[in-house]
Amino acid sequence: MSSMTFGRAINAGLRKSLEDDPKVILLGEDIGKLGGVFRVTDGLQKDFGSHRVVDTPLAEAGIMGCAVGLAYRGYRPVVEIQFDGFIYPAFDQIVCQVAKLHYRTQGKVTMPITIRVPFGGGIGSPEHHSESPEAYFTHTSGLRVVAVSNPQDAYSMLRQAISSDDPVLYFEPKRRYHIKGEVKEHAEPSLPMGSAQVVTEGRDVTLVAYGPLVRTALDAATAAADDGVSVEVIDLRSLSPIDYSIVEASVRKTGRLVVAHEASQSGGLGAEIATTITERCFHFLEAAPVRIAGFDIPYPPSKLEAHHLPDLDRILDGVDRALGRRNSLSGLGA
Amino acid sequence: MLDVTDEQLASLYEDMVVIRRIDTEATYLQRQGELALWPPLLGQEAAQIGSGRALREDDFVFPSYRENGVAYCRGVDLGDIVRVWRGNAHSGWDPYELNMATPQVIIGAQSLHATGYAMGLKNDDSEAVALTYFGDGATSQGDVNEAMIFAASFQVPVIFFCQNNQWAISEPVGLQARVPISSRAPGFGIPSMRVDGNDVLAVLAATRVALHRARTGGGPTFIEAVTYRMGPHTTADDPTRYRDEAEMGEWAAKDPISRLGALLKSRGVLTEALESSVTAAADAVAKEMRHACITMPPPAPMDVFSHVYSEPNSTLDTQKENYARYLQSFPADSVEGINQ
Ligand SMILES: Cc1ncc(C[n+]2csc(CCOP(=O)(O)OP(=O)(O)O)c2C)c(N)n1
Ligand SMILES: [Mg+2]
Repeated sequence: MSSMTFGRAINAGLRKSLEDDPKVILLGEDIGKLGGVFRVTDGLQKDFGSHRVVDTPLAEAGIMGCAVGLAYRGYRPVVEIQFDGFIYPAFDQIVCQVAKLHYRTQGKVTMPITIRVPFGGGIGSPEHHSESPEAYFTHTSGLRVVAVSNPQDAYSMLRQAISSDDPVLYFEPKRRYHIKGEVKEHAEPSLPMGSAQVVTEGRDVTLVAYGPLVRTALDAATAAADDGVSVEVIDLRSLSPIDYSIVEASVRKTGRLVVAHEASQSGGLGAEIATTITERCFHFLEAAPVRIAGFDIPYPPSKLEAHHLPDLDRILDGVDRALGRRNSLSGLGA
Repeated sequence: MLDVTDEQLASLYEDMVVIRRIDTEATYLQRQGELALWPPLLGQEAAQIGSGRALREDDFVFPSYRENGVAYCRGVDLGDIVRVWRGNAHSGWDPYELNMATPQVIIGAQSLHATGYAMGLKNDDSEAVALTYFGDGATSQGDVNEAMIFAASFQVPVIFFCQNNQWAISEPVGLQARVPISSRAPGFGIPSMRVDGNDVLAVLAATRVALHRARTGGGPTFIEAVTYRMGPHTTADDPTRYRDEAEMGEWAAKDPISRLGALLKSRGVLTEALESSVTAAADAVAKEMRHACITMPPPAPMDVFSHVYSEPNSTLDTQKENYARYLQSFPADSVEGINQ
């Protein structure tokens, strides 16, 4: 067990996977000498060679299509997309090939590809560097999607993603790269990759978050506790499939649900979770589920991002709404 | 040597000095926390001024993010250059006022926009030309290759201007191309030129040739301007991790401004008086840009909802009303700009 930053934990996970399996191969822009723009792959090319840690030409469709070819040939490609907003040139390969080849070939061909995507905002970046595109991928059958929130999961879930025979979109909250945590490197992961986890127990409201907002949700729970409200925080971890058993058990207990994400509200994960929980727990719900999400706008210029991103206050406002307490929408009806 | 008078040479020199000064000042502004980020053009002054000055007002430019020197040629307001990099807006100027699109971050995307614009120009029987800038790295993107295919197929008045500055962040140009980048274009059916991108006259001449071809129905041209990114990729980059001091030294000796300076001296044009008037002009520009930058008001909170659609949108209108209510639930001065 050692203490390491989020970014370091991913680095350690990549290193271990490269050591354990000669078929693991890393592809991406600037991942070699530079160690990636976030230094997540620092030192890996030096230690494993440029045939296993490959700086590719600047072309995401090319990277993804070649990852498909490598997978055909029995490799386990781990692709780095430099920033969330640069995944779209690869979208066609991901949606039409990566996600569908297993289905198309009736299981003959597997696509054990891990696609690492630094995502989310809050770091003052220019356009296309702060997006949360996860819903495009959770909407695409054939892909697994995870979003990690802490160094231990960053390590363990990366290892699980790379070992999975299914393609996995692995979303890394870039604004949390520098937080530190204890990481057990060689132990068996304590949870399957597809499991959600209760990170703080509570009685009054269930608050579901993932990736960068788990930390914000925990802060909100602490603030709510000062106010006498007991919030149960669930780290969703896996966005596709979603571990509804954990969310459902919690909502049966609390009767109230708030879902928070940075991605725009419409068609987002919050909509999916609120619907499924309403279907499954209708008679346990004391109030309509609440979504606290980014607005339905393109990610704004950095001087405005604090207004777009759900923060502690907006989440608490949602908690108040779920509890029927005074909130910013009081008196509006529904 | 072209039909360039001494006076014009001096003016090109001044432009290059001024944009270098703009670039240095913006880098300072970033270091001082006034800008979130800045992509330096240091070393690429000849490539940008030589091409930018060849254009006519009605030509249209589709740049990447690095062409702030070209924006200067198009007459941009100085504060508008840094608006994007301060994080105030996603674009700093009105594309139709400058006949120049705003910075494109998605590598290579603008090459197709220029091609489509040129399809429009051709349909309209216009004599104007579309010129797109992109880097050596961008030539690997599908978009750039598809743009060349469309441009050749439809024989439209577009110029592909590649500033090969030897690097795409940490990746050397050799990773993108095993042959000179300019040698690819003929395979698409597009004539190409490879010019010394640190020689402002060579760049000017090549751009004029391409412009003439485009205006007279000759279709697209590809220009590779061989230059060097003397600074970091952006102010967030640390090039010491991936490139040699020696290489930097080599290119410092080919500095485009010193080279034109030497030519001007040899012709007796670069007098002390000229030198000091150029410096004064550059300083004044830098001062004006700094002032515009630091006095730029921040966007108002509710601007976050502006311009998503050109027509009313009920979903967004509801979110906007709700957010206004939310902001009003705080004491007036606790949210910056809430009452603006
Ligand atoms: C589609 C896309 N992928 C990746 C990036 C990240 N990125 C920004 S600049 C850059 C390198 C560009 O190099 P080049 O085209 O040579 O232009 P230069 O920066 O040297 O002017 C990269 C990889 C991006 N902006 N867009
Ligand atoms: Mg370059």
